Amino acid sequence: MSATGPLETAMREKLVARFDPQRLQIVNESHLHAGHHNRDSADDGSFDGAGETHFRVRIVAAQFDGMSRIERHRAINDALADELAPDKVHALAIEPAAPGEPTRW
Amino acid sequence: MAETNDWIENEVKNNDVVLFMKGTPGFPQCGFSGQVVQILDYLGVEYKGINVLSSDELRQGIKEFSSWPTIPQLYVKGEFVGGCDIIRDMFQAGELQSHFAENNIAVKGAA
Repeated sequence: MSATGPLETAMREKLVARFDPQRLQIVNESHLHAGHHNRDSADDGSFDGAGETHFRVRIVAAQFDGMSRIERHRAINDALADELAPDKVHALAIEPAAPGEPTRW
Repeated sequence: MAETNDWIENEVKNNDVVLFMKGTPGFPQCGFSGQVVQILDYLGVEYKGINVLSSDELRQGIKEFSSWPTIPQLYVKGEFVGGCDIIRDMFQAGELQSHFAENNIAVKGAA
């Protein structure tokens, strides 16, 4: 991918501020979804794969310790509520972990 | 909106396993929805698939019902269990299978 976009930058800032993560990786996977039908687009067209529509957030933070899977996802969704608006990020995959838990990255 | 909320509540109360998804179990229209369909079909669980693309009110309503911004969403015995990432993690850890067992949901597949 090319330069980091504004949505990714905003997400990174908010995740760092809210969770003080030990590790954080934000992957823009929009290019993997080029051609998918996009019902949210103005012309009912397709994703062109060039933008900031599909992301994967991988995050290891101490405050996830003792939280359920749903609680972790809710906390992250909540922190990124502005970015998850319908006309912005279309899909967000989340891989949260507390320190010491296995990760796949 | 209240009507939509009531409709959703009715669906998740009257069906043991409900998947709100984009597309249908036979023809998912989103990769994340498709992954959950594959897991449920692999386990051989009976479930009702509800296509949120069939109605804008439903598509918005389900997000408010669960305070969860994304689709798919899986409900078991009226309780929200998770979206694609959570269902996949639970499946890989064997927790989804035990969650169904604890709720007396028949799992017909091998696995």
